[in-house]
Amino acid sequence: MKISVIITLKKDVLDPQGKVIHQTLDGMGFNDVNEVRQGKYFEIDSKETDNDKAKAKVEEMCKKLLANLVIENYKIIDPK
Amino acid sequence: MKSSVITFPGSNCDRDMDVALKKFGFKNKMVWHADAELPKSDLVVLPGGFSYGDYLRCGSMASKSKIMQSVINFANSGGMVMGICNGFQILVETGLVPGVLLRNKYLEFICKNVFVKINDKKNKYFKNVDNEVLEFHIAHNEGNYFCTNDQLKEIEDNNQIAINYCDESGKIEDQFNPNGSIKNIAGIFNKEKNVLGMMPHPERMIDTSLSGEDGSLFFKNLINNLK
Repeated sequence: MKISVIITLKKDVLDPQGKVIHQTLDGMGFNDVNEVRQGKYFEIDSKETDNDKAKAKVEEMCKKLLANLVIENYKIIDPK
Repeated sequence: MKSSVITFPGSNCDRDMDVALKKFGFKNKMVWHADAELPKSDLVVLPGGFSYGDYLRCGSMASKSKIMQSVINFANSGGMVMGICNGFQILVETGLVPGVLLRNKYLEFICKNVFVKINDKKNKYFKNVDNEVLEFHIAHNEGNYFCTNDQLKEIEDNNQIAINYCDESGKIEDQFNPNGSIKNIAGIFNKEKNVLGMMPHPERMIDTSLSGEDGSLFFKNLINNLK
Protein backbone atom coordinates (compact mmCIF):
# COMPACT_ATOMS: atom_id res chain seq x y z
CA MET A 1 0.00 0.00 0.00
CA LYS A 2 1.35 3.43 -0.90
CA ILE A 3 1.02 6.19 1.63
CA SER A 4 2.06 9.77 1.01
CA VAL A 5 3.28 12.25 3.58
CA ILE A 6 3.62 15.99 3.20
CA ILE A 7 5.89 17.85 5.62
CA THR A 8 5.56 21.60 5.85
CA LEU A 9 7.28 24.23 7.97
CA LYS A 10 5.16 25.67 10.77
CA LYS A 11 3.75 29.12 10.21
CA ASP A 12 6.20 31.07 12.36
CA VAL A 13 9.34 29.37 11.08
CA LEU A 14 11.44 31.39 8.65
CA ASP A 15 11.72 29.71 5.25
CA PRO A 16 14.58 31.41 3.39
CA GLN A 17 14.37 28.94 0.48
CA GLY A 18 10.68 29.66 0.00
CA LYS A 19 11.49 33.37 0.08
CA VAL A 20 14.13 33.07 -2.63
CA ILE A 21 11.80 30.97 -4.79
CA HIS A 22 9.16 33.67 -4.34
CA GLN A 23 11.62 36.39 -5.38
CA THR A 24 12.67 34.38 -8.44
CA LEU A 25 9.07 33.81 -9.45
CA ASP A 26 8.55 37.55 -9.06
CA GLY A 27 11.52 38.22 -11.32
CA MET A 28 10.09 35.82 -13.92
CA GLY A 29 6.93 37.83 -14.08
CA PHE A 30 4.70 35.79 -11.75
CA ASN A 31 3.66 38.89 -9.85
CA ASP A 32 0.52 37.56 -8.21
CA VAL A 33 2.23 35.30 -5.65
CA ASN A 34 1.66 36.22 -1.99
CA GLU A 35 4.03 33.73 -0.42
CA VAL A 36 5.92 30.50 -1.17
CA ARG A 37 6.65 27.90 1.52
CA GLN A 38 8.84 24.94 0.63
CA GLY A 39 8.14 21.52 2.09
CA LYS A 40 8.91 17.81 1.63
CA TYR A 41 6.92 14.98 0.10
CA PHE A 42 7.38 11.27 0.84
CA GLU A 43 5.90 8.18 -0.81
CA ILE A 44 6.05 5.18 1.47
CA ASP A 45 5.30 1.76 0.05
CA SER A 46 4.25 -0.35 3.02
CA LYS A 47 3.78 -4.12 3.33
CA GLU A 48 0.86 -3.46 5.65
CA THR A 49 -2.52 -4.18 4.03
CA ASP A 50 -4.77 -2.67 6.69
CA ASN A 51 -5.45 1.01 6.04
CA ASP A 52 -5.68 2.16 9.64
CA LYS A 53 -2.69 0.14 10.78
CA ALA A 54 -0.58 1.47 7.91
CA LYS A 55 -1.59 5.03 8.69
CA ALA A 56 -0.79 4.58 12.36
CA LYS A 57 2.68 3.23 11.50
CA VAL A 58 3.39 6.15 9.17
CA GLU A 59 2.24 8.57 11.84
CA GLU A 60 4.81 7.04 14.18
CA MET A 61 7.47 7.40 11.47
CA CYS A 62 6.56 11.07 11.10
CA LYS A 63 6.86 11.72 14.81
CA LYS A 64 10.10 9.79 15.25
CA LEU A 65 12.04 10.63 12.08
CA LEU A 66 10.36 12.21 9.06
CA ALA A 67 9.35 15.46 10.75
CA ASN A 68 10.94 17.57 13.45
CA LEU A 69 7.89 18.71 15.38
CA VAL A 70 9.61 21.80 16.72
CA ILE A 71 9.48 23.36 13.26
CA GLU A 72 7.45 21.08 11.02
CA ASN A 73 3.90 19.75 10.60
CA TYR A 74 3.08 16.53 8.82
CA LYS A 75 0.02 15.48 6.88
CA ILE A 76 -0.67 11.89 5.92
CA ILE A 77 -2.61 11.48 2.68
CA ASP A 78 -5.17 8.68 2.84
CA PRO A 79 -3.79 5.50 1.28
CA LYS A 80 -5.24 4.37 -2.03
CA MET B 1 40.91 11.88 31.49
CA LYS B 2 39.29 9.66 28.92
CA SER B 3 37.37 10.92 25.94
CA SER B 4 35.52 9.32 23.04
CA VAL B 5 34.89 10.86 19.63
CA ILE B 6 32.05 9.27 17.67
CA THR B 7 32.61 8.85 13.94
CA PHE B 8 29.50 8.75 11.76
CA PRO B 9 29.53 8.10 8.02
CA GLY B 10 30.27 11.60 6.72
CA SER B 11 31.94 13.00 9.84
CA ASN B 12 35.01 15.01 8.82
CA CYS B 13 36.15 16.83 11.94
CA ASP B 14 36.53 13.67 14.01
CA ARG B 15 40.29 13.42 13.51
CA ASP B 16 40.83 17.15 14.15
CA MET B 17 38.99 16.67 17.42
CA ASP B 18 41.14 13.63 18.20
CA VAL B 19 44.30 15.72 17.66
CA ALA B 20 42.96 18.55 19.84
CA LEU B 21 41.87 16.30 22.70
CA LYS B 22 45.19 14.42 22.75
CA LYS B 23 47.19 17.65 22.55
CA PHE B 24 45.67 18.80 25.83
CA GLY B 25 45.98 15.52 27.67
CA PHE B 26 42.88 13.46 26.96
CA LYS B 27 43.29 9.76 26.30
CA ASN B 28 41.00 9.66 23.31
CA LYS B 29 39.28 6.76 21.59
CA MET B 30 37.53 6.88 18.23
CA VAL B 31 34.17 5.11 18.34
CA TRP B 32 32.30 3.92 15.26
CA HIS B 33 28.60 4.83 15.01
CA ALA B 34 27.50 1.21 14.57
CA ASP B 35 29.04 0.12 17.87
CA ALA B 36 26.58 -0.34 20.69
CA GLU B 37 28.86 0.23 23.62
CA LEU B 38 30.54 3.43 24.65
CA PRO B 39 34.06 3.00 26.12
CA LYS B 40 34.48 4.36 29.64
CA SER B 41 34.65 8.12 29.09
CA ASP B 42 34.79 11.39 30.98
CA LEU B 43 33.79 13.24 27.83
CA VAL B 44 32.00 12.19 24.65
CA VAL B 45 32.31 14.36 21.55
CA LEU B 46 30.02 14.35 18.52
CA PRO B 47 32.22 15.94 15.85
CA GLY B 48 31.48 18.16 12.88
CA GLY B 49 30.94 17.03 9.32
CA PHE B 50 28.08 15.95 7.14
CA SER B 51 26.79 12.76 8.74
CA TYR B 52 24.67 10.77 6.29
CA GLY B 53 25.15 13.50 3.70
CA ASP B 54 22.83 15.80 5.68
CA TYR B 55 19.92 13.79 4.25
CA LEU B 56 16.39 14.59 5.47
CA ARG B 57 17.53 17.09 8.10
CA CYS B 58 21.12 17.63 9.26
CA GLY B 59 21.86 15.20 12.08
CA SER B 60 18.53 13.40 11.90
CA MET B 61 19.86 10.04 10.69
CA ALA B 62 22.92 10.09 12.95
CA SER B 63 20.69 10.78 15.95
CA LYS B 64 19.08 7.35 15.40
CA SER B 65 22.31 5.40 14.97
CA LYS B 66 23.19 2.54 17.29
CA ILE B 67 25.81 4.27 19.42
CA MET B 68 23.49 7.20 20.10
CA GLN B 69 21.32 5.27 22.54
CA SER B 70 24.44 4.73 24.67
CA VAL B 71 25.37 8.40 24.29
CA ILE B 72 21.86 9.46 25.33
CA ASN B 73 21.97 7.16 28.37
CA PHE B 74 25.43 8.51 29.23
CA ALA B 75 24.17 12.10 28.99
CA ASN B 76 21.04 11.36 31.00
CA SER B 77 23.16 9.93 33.79
CA GLY B 78 25.17 13.15 33.95
CA GLY B 79 27.99 12.33 31.50
CA MET B 80 29.67 15.19 29.64
CA VAL B 81 28.62 15.25 25.98
CA MET B 82 29.75 17.96 23.60
CA GLY B 83 28.43 18.34 20.04
CA ILE B 84 30.30 20.61 17.64
CA CYS B 85 28.66 21.86 14.42
CA ASN B 86 27.10 18.71 12.90
CA GLY B 87 27.43 17.26 16.39
CA PHE B 88 25.21 20.11 17.65
CA GLN B 89 22.72 19.30 14.89
CA ILE B 90 22.75 15.66 16.03
CA LEU B 91 22.18 16.73 19.64
CA VAL B 92 19.10 18.80 18.82
CA GLU B 93 17.71 15.88 16.82
CA THR B 94 18.09 13.58 19.84
CA GLY B 95 16.30 16.16 21.99
CA LEU B 96 19.20 16.29 24.47
CA VAL B 97 19.32 20.05 23.90
CA PRO B 98 16.26 22.10 22.91
CA GLY B 99 15.58 23.79 19.57
CA VAL B 100 16.65 23.14 15.98
CA LEU B 101 19.23 24.43 13.51
CA LEU B 102 17.73 25.86 10.33
CA ARG B 103 19.35 26.83 7.07
CA ASN B 104 21.44 30.02 7.41
CA LYS B 105 19.36 33.15 6.95
CA TYR B 106 21.07 34.27 3.74
CA LEU B 107 21.36 30.72 2.33
CA GLU B 108 25.15 30.88 2.24
CA PHE B 109 27.64 28.37 3.54
CA ILE B 110 29.58 30.41 6.08
CA CYS B 111 33.26 29.68 6.73
CA LYS B 112 35.07 32.26 8.83
CA ASN B 113 36.36 33.19 12.27
CA VAL B 114 33.83 34.63 14.68
CA PHE B 115 33.85 35.99 18.21
CA VAL B 116 31.62 34.46 20.83
CA LYS B 117 30.80 35.74 24.29
CA ILE B 118 30.57 33.27 27.13
CA ASN B 119 27.13 33.69 28.69
CA ASP B 120 27.43 31.23 31.54
CA LYS B 121 30.45 30.04 33.47
CA LYS B 122 28.67 27.95 36.07
CA ASN B 123 29.40 24.76 34.15
CA LYS B 124 32.32 22.42 33.52
CA TYR B 125 32.89 23.68 29.99
CA PHE B 126 33.57 27.35 30.67
CA LYS B 127 34.26 27.53 34.42
CA ASN B 128 37.57 29.33 35.09
CA VAL B 129 38.01 30.60 31.51
CA ASP B 130 39.50 34.05 32.11
CA ASN B 131 38.34 35.53 28.82
CA GLU B 132 34.81 36.78 28.30
CA VAL B 133 35.15 36.61 24.52
CA LEU B 134 36.70 33.79 22.48
CA GLU B 135 37.61 33.65 18.80
CA PHE B 136 36.46 30.41 17.22
CA HIS B 137 35.89 29.24 13.67
CA ILE B 138 32.55 28.42 12.06
CA ALA B 139 31.86 26.46 8.87
CA HIS B 140 28.23 25.57 8.31
CA ASN B 141 25.16 25.84 6.13
CA GLU B 142 22.58 25.06 8.83
CA GLY B 143 23.53 26.96 11.96
CA ASN B 144 20.55 29.23 12.31
CA TYR B 145 19.39 28.39 15.83
CA PHE B 146 15.62 28.40 16.26
CA CYS B 147 13.26 27.42 19.05
CA THR B 148 9.69 28.17 20.05
CA ASN B 149 8.94 31.16 22.29
CA ASP B 150 8.13 28.81 25.17
CA GLN B 151 11.43 27.00 24.71
CA LEU B 152 13.31 30.30 24.53
CA LYS B 153 11.77 31.44 27.80
CA GLU B 154 12.77 28.17 29.44
CA ILE B 155 16.30 28.35 28.02
CA GLU B 156 16.72 31.90 29.31
CA ASP B 157 15.14 31.19 32.69
CA ASN B 158 17.52 28.27 33.21
CA ASN B 159 20.52 30.20 31.85
CA GLN B 160 21.09 27.53 29.19
CA ILE B 161 22.63 29.82 26.58
CA ALA B 162 26.33 28.93 26.51
CA ILE B 163 27.74 31.39 23.97
CA ASN B 164 26.45 34.18 21.71
CA TYR B 165 27.93 35.59 18.50
CA CYS B 166 29.42 39.01 19.21
CA ASP B 167 32.20 41.38 18.14
CA GLU B 168 35.74 41.46 19.46
CA SER B 169 34.70 43.52 22.45
CA GLY B 170 31.78 41.26 23.33
CA LYS B 171 28.93 43.36 21.95
CA ILE B 172 26.04 41.06 21.05
CA GLU B 173 24.28 42.76 18.16
CA ASP B 174 22.41 41.79 15.03
CA GLN B 175 25.28 42.83 12.76
CA PHE B 176 27.54 40.24 14.44
CA ASN B 177 25.04 37.44 13.90
CA PRO B 178 26.39 35.39 10.98
CA ASN B 179 23.45 33.07 10.37
CA GLY B 180 20.23 34.51 11.76
CA SER B 181 20.21 32.57 15.04
CA ILE B 182 17.66 33.71 17.62
CA LYS B 183 19.39 36.03 20.14
CA ASN B 184 22.76 35.40 18.41
CA ILE B 185 22.84 31.95 20.02
CA ALA B 186 25.96 30.01 19.01
CA GLY B 187 25.76 27.29 21.65
CA ILE B 188 23.41 25.99 24.31
CA PHE B 189 23.36 23.57 27.22
CA ASN B 190 20.80 21.10 28.43
CA LYS B 191 19.19 22.01 31.75
CA GLU B 192 21.85 20.24 33.80
CA LYS B 193 24.67 21.76 31.71
CA ASN B 194 26.50 18.49 31.17
CA VAL B 195 25.51 18.55 27.48
CA LEU B 196 26.82 21.36 25.27
CA GLY B 197 25.97 21.91 21.62
CA MET B 198 27.71 24.67 19.68
CA MET B 199 28.28 25.60 16.06
CA PRO B 200 31.85 27.00 16.41
CA HIS B 201 34.85 24.67 16.20
CA PRO B 202 37.28 25.11 19.12
CA GLU B 203 39.41 22.27 17.69
CA ARG B 204 40.33 24.54 14.78
CA MET B 205 41.91 27.10 17.11
CA ILE B 206 44.67 25.15 18.81
CA ASP B 207 47.79 26.14 16.88
CA THR B 208 49.39 29.59 16.87
CA SER B 209 50.90 29.16 13.43
CA LEU B 210 47.67 27.95 11.80
CA SER B 211 44.96 29.76 13.69
CA GLY B 212 44.43 31.36 17.06
CA GLU B 213 44.88 29.94 20.52
CA ASP B 214 41.40 30.36 21.96
CA GLY B 215 40.61 26.70 21.30
CA SER B 216 43.70 25.82 23.35
CA LEU B 217 42.33 27.91 26.21
CA PHE B 218 39.04 26.07 25.95
CA PHE B 219 40.50 22.54 25.95
CA LYS B 220 43.12 23.23 28.65
CA ASN B 221 40.42 24.59 30.85
CA LEU B 222 38.02 21.75 30.07
CA ILE B 223 40.44 19.01 31.07
CA ASN B 224 41.29 20.87 34.30
CA ASN B 225 37.61 21.21 35.13
CA LEU B 226 37.08 17.50 34.60
CA LYS B 227 39.98 16.40 36.84
